Amino acid sequence: MTEVMNDHWQEWKELFDFRHARVLKSNNIMDNFDIAFIEGALAGPEHIEKVKDIRSRSKKLVAVGSCAIVGLPAGQRNTFTPEQKASIDYLLTRFGALPEVKKVSDVVKVDVEIPGCPMDPNVFLNKVNELVKELREK
Amino acid sequence: MHTILHLDHITKVEGDASMDVVVEDGKVTNVKFAIIEYKRFFTEAMRGKNIAAIPAHLSRICGTCSNAHVMASITACEDALGIHVTPQTKLLRKLVMHGLVSRDHALHLYLFVMPDIYGKDAFLDFDENDPEQHQLLHDGFNVKAAGNHLSQLVAGRSVHATFPVIGGFLQFPSVEGAAKAIEELKAARPAVLRLIDIFMKAPFHLDRKTKYMALVPDDTFGYIGGKVITSKGEVYEQKDFRSQLEHTVLPYSQASAYTYKGESYMVGALARLNLAKDKLHPNTKKSADGALKLFPSTDIFHNNLAQAIEILHSIDESIDILSNNVWKSEPVIKVPMRSATGIGVIEAPRGTLYHKVVIDDAGIVLDGEVIVPTGQNQVNIERDVGVIVEGLIKDTPKEKINMEIEKLIRAYDPCMSCGAHFLKIKWKGK
Repeated sequence: MTEVMNDHWQEWKELFDFRHARVLKSNNIMDNFDIAFIEGALAGPEHIEKVKDIRSRSKKLVAVGSCAIVGLPAGQRNTFTPEQKASIDYLLTRFGALPEVKKVSDVVKVDVEIPGCPMDPNVFLNKVNELVKELREK
Repeated sequence: MHTILHLDHITKVEGDASMDVVVEDGKVTNVKFAIIEYKRFFTEAMRGKNIAAIPAHLSRICGTCSNAHVMASITACEDALGIHVTPQTKLLRKLVMHGLVSRDHALHLYLFVMPDIYGKDAFLDFDENDPEQHQLLHDGFNVKAAGNHLSQLVAGRSVHATFPVIGGFLQFPSVEGAAKAIEELKAARPAVLRLIDIFMKAPFHLDRKTKYMALVPDDTFGYIGGKVITSKGEVYEQKDFRSQLEHTVLPYSQASAYTYKGESYMVGALARLNLAKDKLHPNTKKSADGALKLFPSTDIFHNNLAQAIEILHSIDESIDILSNNVWKSEPVIKVPMRSATGIGVIEAPRGTLYHKVVIDDAGIVLDGEVIVPTGQNQVNIERDVGVIVEGLIKDTPKEKINMEIEKLIRAYDPCMSCGAHFLKIKWKGK
């Protein structure tokens, strides 16, 4: 997404109020979102709570990329052999990880998916523009 | 007096990390820099896959320095199979690294660090109506775009590259594409000179003595090939890199840390500049003459200056390579599978990256290992945070100390996504 910004940062600077993006800023505000973008699979119980919380604050929720949409590659451990599972079990226990990695749609309603690893910047731009249009019309 | 400073979810870094510092009677008694991303078991998931799938699999460790994992993995797989690539492949791989280094360093310097220097919360908060800040906004995205486009031209994409494979490349830069890249790189050059100037004058400093370590190629300043060298004058082969490192257990972190002969050490741009600045491109040496006089440096914040100089070198060497070569279509080198172990060591943007792959005679992976730069810098990061906090604790508000800690951590440019991929941790104590 930071590469898509190379060509679009000027319009985004005007159009968007980035409320919460730790990769971009320190003073983040968690209130209500028009659009929330979720990257990544869900590997721990607090991820599930976080995604549910974001869902409750957002008009639209967008899952971006394979990790969020299909739960892979982190979810490869779901299909490990019994021997492999036994070898990683103590680490899952130590850090309180979920027994199985989940995708975002396992936990909350997803409005829009932008698939791929990496996601396709053109699909991303089209979907974002559609959402902006839809939200403005309301 | 007993004080605990806690920073959760450190901002403007790659991935998720937290920090705990315990201070008792003005002395720092404990520092924990914890990488809190969950393990994804990438090395365990290598088992049973065909060797041809491994570079693409391991590239997914990271969405930023992905192409460094591609190159390290390809190097390891070729070592296992006994493949020696063509001179053209070697040149194209240099360009892959230059594309990666310039966009990755630019992301870090402009979007993560620059707001600290200008007292802003975010790069996008820079004022378009202020001529200097206006210039920097445009510079930042232009330099990033030049590196991004170079990566797309040579590697297919700037993350999870599709053209480089075990044995060569699947596609080759077109004449028009190369001409356009040269033009963009030349246009980005003045911006990088401004960047070097800013980091030369940046007001942050922390002097610390440590050992520096980097892979130094035999020919020009770069990221692939050569030997591992330390600032104490030790030299060893890539295959011996792993055996020099001791695994240090940090039970609170999802990532592994490493020491070298019992001492902490630093990898990354500062280490490379300290060890090999004489090999930089002649144009870089000429244009960055003043900044280069500061190296070798023991100021950790000069890691940022070193990154800015590396962007200039990447631009200068890429212009050279693209101007003096016409790319021909070459077949990918294929060899019979064999039972073997392969080692690949490269310099990723953040420092020395090690990949190991063990295959059977059908090319199926039996075992693997990955050691990333952030794991190697972790012990140093913790010690430096201790030094900074001890200097400030008496008369500085906590929020300010937290900001100073974040600044220092950003100077190291850690990558938590990379840090949290591993499996093989031998736990001791609790």
